[in-house]
Amino acid sequence: MLHVTTGAASGPGREPILSLRSAVFGYADRAVVADVTLDVRQGEVVALLGPNGSGKSTLVKGLLGLNSHLGGEVELFGTPMRQFRDFTRLGYVPQRHTLSASVRATVTEIVAIGRLPHQSWWGRPGRTDQRLIDRALDLVGLEDRAREDVSTLSGGQQRRVLIARALAAEPDVLIMDEPTAGVDAASQQVLAEVLARLAAQGTTMLIVTHELEALRDIVSRIVLVGEGHLRFDGTPADFVLAQRRQQDLILAHEHHHHDDDSDVSQAPGVLSTPHGPLEQPAQKRGVES
Amino acid sequence: MNTLTTLTTLGGLPELLDYDFMRRALLAALLVGIAAPMVGVFLVQRRLSLIGDGMGHVALAGVAVGVFTDTAPVLTALVAAVLAAVLIELIRARGRTSGDVALAVMFYGGIALGVVIISKSTSSTPANLTAYLFGAITTTSNGDLWVFAVLAVVVVATTWLLRPRFFAVANDEEYARATGMHVTALNLVLAILTAVTVVVSMRIVGLLLISALMIVPNAAAQLLAGSFRTAIRYAVAIGVISSVGGVTGSFYAETPSGGTIVIVAIGIFLLASIGTSVRARVVSRRHQRAEHHPHEHGLGCGHPAVAHGDHVDYLHDGHRHAPHAGHYDEHDPRVHAQTADESETAAETTAETRSS
Repeated sequence: MLHVTTGAASGPGREPILSLRSAVFGYADRAVVADVTLDVRQGEVVALLGPNGSGKSTLVKGLLGLNSHLGGEVELFGTPMRQFRDFTRLGYVPQRHTLSASVRATVTEIVAIGRLPHQSWWGRPGRTDQRLIDRALDLVGLEDRAREDVSTLSGGQQRRVLIARALAAEPDVLIMDEPTAGVDAASQQVLAEVLARLAAQGTTMLIVTHELEALRDIVSRIVLVGEGHLRFDGTPADFVLAQRRQQDLILAHEHHHHDDDSDVSQAPGVLSTPHGPLEQPAQKRGVES
Repeated sequence: MNTLTTLTTLGGLPELLDYDFMRRALLAALLVGIAAPMVGVFLVQRRLSLIGDGMGHVALAGVAVGVFTDTAPVLTALVAAVLAAVLIELIRARGRTSGDVALAVMFYGGIALGVVIISKSTSSTPANLTAYLFGAITTTSNGDLWVFAVLAVVVVATTWLLRPRFFAVANDEEYARATGMHVTALNLVLAILTAVTVVVSMRIVGLLLISALMIVPNAAAQLLAGSFRTAIRYAVAIGVISSVGGVTGSFYAETPSGGTIVIVAIGIFLLASIGTSVRARVVSRRHQRAEHHPHEHGLGCGHPAVAHGDHVDYLHDGHRHAPHAGHYDEHDPRVHAQTADESETAAETTAETRSS
C-alpha cells in the first residue's frame, strides 16, 4: 500500500516540468498569489496546501492559463508560458462536486473528451483513443461502469471519472484541484488508492488539497501557500518537524507575551502565520538529496 | 391521435404530393426536423433552452424590415438573428448579472419593433404577421426552399462536425479551456448556428414556436436514451416525425403548421414520460437493494466478478451485488443461472441481507 515516491525519483539534473520564478497570478489586474518560486520535477507528487483563499487554486489555474499571469517567469516543460501550446501535457482535474446532469452522458463519453485535443476537427475516436480511454477507466477502477450515465454515479466515482478524463489525454503531469474534497470516507479511501496507483507508476502530480491525511502515504513533497505566498516547501517529514517547531515557538512566544496571542489565533500548528519562522526563504528541495 | 395522423398520411400521401406547395413544405419540414434538434441538444446541455425563443423575437424585426423595404425577408431576418446571436454570446461571456436584463430588453425590443414596422408596411396584412409568427406551409416559395435547403445542410454538417467539441465545451467549459480548445469561438459558432436554424424554420414552425422544435424532441429523447450519442439520434427522429407529421396534419386539419408540429412533439414527449415512469415503477418493484456497505466493488476488489448481461455482478458472501445508481442491487444467483441471457428478469431475488 505504501507507494511513497521519494526524492530519488526526482534526481538532480532533470529538467523541471514546471518552473516558476517570482511568478504572480490573479484575475484582471488583481494579484492573488505572488512571488512564487517553485520547480516540479518528473515523478514528484506535490501536495499544495493552504487555507481557503490562500491562492492555491489561483496558482494551479494560472499554470493552466485559466487566469492572468501577471508577472515573473513561468516555464512549462522548458518553454516560456506565453509560447506554450502543448496543453495536453498538463492533465487538469478540476474541482467539481457534480458533473453536469443537464443531458445524458456515459462515463466513456466524458472520458473521451480527454482525447479530443489529440484529434482533428473532422476526426473521430480511433482504436488508439478507445484503448487509452479503457486504460484510463481501468486505472481509476471504473471499467465496469463505462456505459453508465455519469449522473447515476456517486460523488467519489464522478471525481474518478474526471481523473480518467485527464489521464486519457496522456499528460506528463496531473494537476488536481481538491480531488478528495466533499466525498465520504470510503470514497476518499478509494480515491487515495487510485492516486497511490498513479504515484507507483511514476506519475507526476500537483495536488491542491485540504486533506493531507488521506494522501499522506502518496505525497513526496509539501508546498504550503498562505496569504498569496509560499510558506513552506519540503518533504513531509520536514513539514511535520517544522509544524512542531513552530508550535513550540508559538507556545514559547505566548509564555513571554501573555497579551499578544494574535499568532495563536491563526490556527495553531498550521504554518500560515504571516510572522512564523517559515516566512524566511522557503526550504529548497533538491538540495537535500 | 398519432395513429390517426399516420393512417391519413399513408392513405392520402399521393394526394398530398399533388400540390407543389406541399412538396416544398414537406421537404422544408424534413430539413428543419433534422437541424433543429441537432442544434437544440447543446442548448439543453448548456441550460439555454429559451435562447432560441429570444432569437426568434429579434428575427421578427428583421422580417419586418424586409417587408417594409421590399427586400427578401429571409435575408433581413438572417442578418438580424445572427447579429442577435453574436450579441447574446458576448453579453453571456461577460457574465454580469445585468446581462439577463440586457437580453430581455433585446428580445422584447425585437418583437415590438417587428410588430410596429409590419403594421406600417403597405404590402402586409395581419395574416401575413401570423404566418411569420406561427408558421404557414403555403408561404414557402421555390426560392425560399433553395435558401433553406442550403442553410439547413450547412447547419447539419457544421453541427455534426463540431459535435464532440460542442459537447466538451457545454459539459465543462473550464476543462475545455485548459486543454487549449477555442471555447469562445465554439460558443459563437453554436450561437450563429442557432440563429440560422431559427430563420430556416421560420416559414414552417414560426418565430414564436421554433424554440420548441429545438428543445421538446430533446426533452423526450433524454427520457429514452442512455447516452448522449443515442439521445441525439432519438431527438432527430422525434424532430422529423413531429415536423413532417405536423405539416401533414396541418394540411388536413387546416391548422397553422407551427402549432401542429409542436403539439405532435409535445404528444411524443408526454408518451415518453408516461412510458418511462411506468417502466421505472415496474423495475423498482422488482429490484431489491443490497445491504449498505462502505466497500466499493470493482474489478480486483477481492470479490469475484461475474459478467451479467450488460453489467458486472460481484459475489459477496454468497449473494450477488450489482452496481446501480450509487448503491448495489441483489441479483439472485439461482434465477441468474436459469436465465443467464435474460438479465432483466434476474433482478428478482430472495437473498437475505446481512452485513459483511
